[in-house]
Amino acid sequence: MSGPRRDPDVVRPYVRTGGRSRPSRDVRLETLVIAADSPLQGLEPDARRVFAVCRGGVLAVAEIAAGLELPASVVRILVSGLMDSGHLAAPVRRSRADAPTTDLLKEVLHGLRSIA
Amino acid sequence: MASAPSPDPGPSGGGTALSGGTDLPGPHDTAPDLGFEYHPPTVTRSAKLLITGPFGVGKTTLVGAVAPLVLRMDESMTEASVGVDDLRGTPQKTTTTVAMDFGRLHLNESLVLYLFGTPGQARFRPLWEGLADGALGALVLVDTRDLDHSHDVLDLLEEYGTPYAVAINRFDDAVEYPLDEVRQALDLDGSTPLTVCDARDRDSCVRALITLVEYLSARQLESRP
Ligand SMILES: Nc1nc2c(ncn2[C@@H]2O[C@H](COP(=O)(O)OP(=O)(O)OP(=O)(O)O)[C@@H](O)[C@H]2O)c(=O)[nH]1
Ligand SMILES: [Mg+2]
Repeated sequence: MSGPRRDPDVVRPYVRTGGRSRPSRDVRLETLVIAADSPLQGLEPDARRVFAVCRGGVLAVAEIAAGLELPASVVRILVSGLMDSGHLAAPVRRSRADAPTTDLLKEVLHGLRSIA
Repeated sequence: MASAPSPDPGPSGGGTALSGGTDLPGPHDTAPDLGFEYHPPTVTRSAKLLITGPFGVGKTTLVGAVAPLVLRMDESMTEASVGVDDLRGTPQKTTTTVAMDFGRLHLNESLVLYLFGTPGQARFRPLWEGLADGALGALVLVDTRDLDHSHDVLDLLEEYGTPYAVAINRFDDAVEYPLDEVRQALDLDGSTPLTVCDARDRDSCVRALITLVEYLSARQLESRP
């Protein structure tokens, strides 16, 4: 169908993500996830690695990419698939103080001032 | 490749610390030793700022000065390249892997801030979509010895609608220009903050970030009805 592939890397991200080239949901580099209590069985090797590493605690997508040495765009797609299947979830808020603030910028500003 | 400047052991082999059950991992399912620490379980929210600017301006230096943990990730970038692939005339695409460093710092018990070192040359445009999406704003480092190379990044920021502040990273051999001249040379909007920092000095970098976030915060207030 297509001409000779000069660069095998062109096909690799596509294959590695089970045929998806875009995340199925809004998963960003800074999106935090943690593993849910789901079985590993049935996952493709890369998805399995992502899921396994997320069992250790809360990580951002970029940190999973760094730790597993996978391209960040591939990890974004794998994470969105694993969220769709219930293997990964957003970390659970523990207290009311932890509720999403109406003013994230103010909170970031406050945090930066506290470390200045 | 992950590099952790701090010798924190971290919960290494975190994946082995599974809470029992029937789903014990096989030898290949053990979580690899990340080489850095997971977030504390109280961390549930994140924010992102871009640290950008032209080649060699001190982005990595600033991220390392501010963040206690700096990591490196790869991103692949597909570009249409010049020339055509074979007789069919389909545009040839090449995939380049770009290493990007980012730092993380915890701002309070539940909030983590990521600083993404973001290359500002026009050829890195394909990376920007994933980086700019969700970013609160950007700190643009410039070098007064070479302001011409800052135009690419300012164009990218406008294109992606990312609000920004500019900080002159003062190099030892750089002549000190009045800020107004720099502002003019960069054709900055009157409201865009322009400060000076030393990318090697943590306090001056934190101050530059505070200037950026104060601006972002004021901007947000203004845009509210
Ligand atoms: N004298 C001086 N040198 C600096 C300063 N900031 C960075 N450098 C040096 O300038 C060089 C480039 O700095 P980097 O932090 O790697 O710059 P960068 O923007 O990340 O570079 P690229 O990612 O390659 O575009 C390094 O050798 C730094 O040590 C500064 O404020 N003063
Ligand atoms: Mg750099």
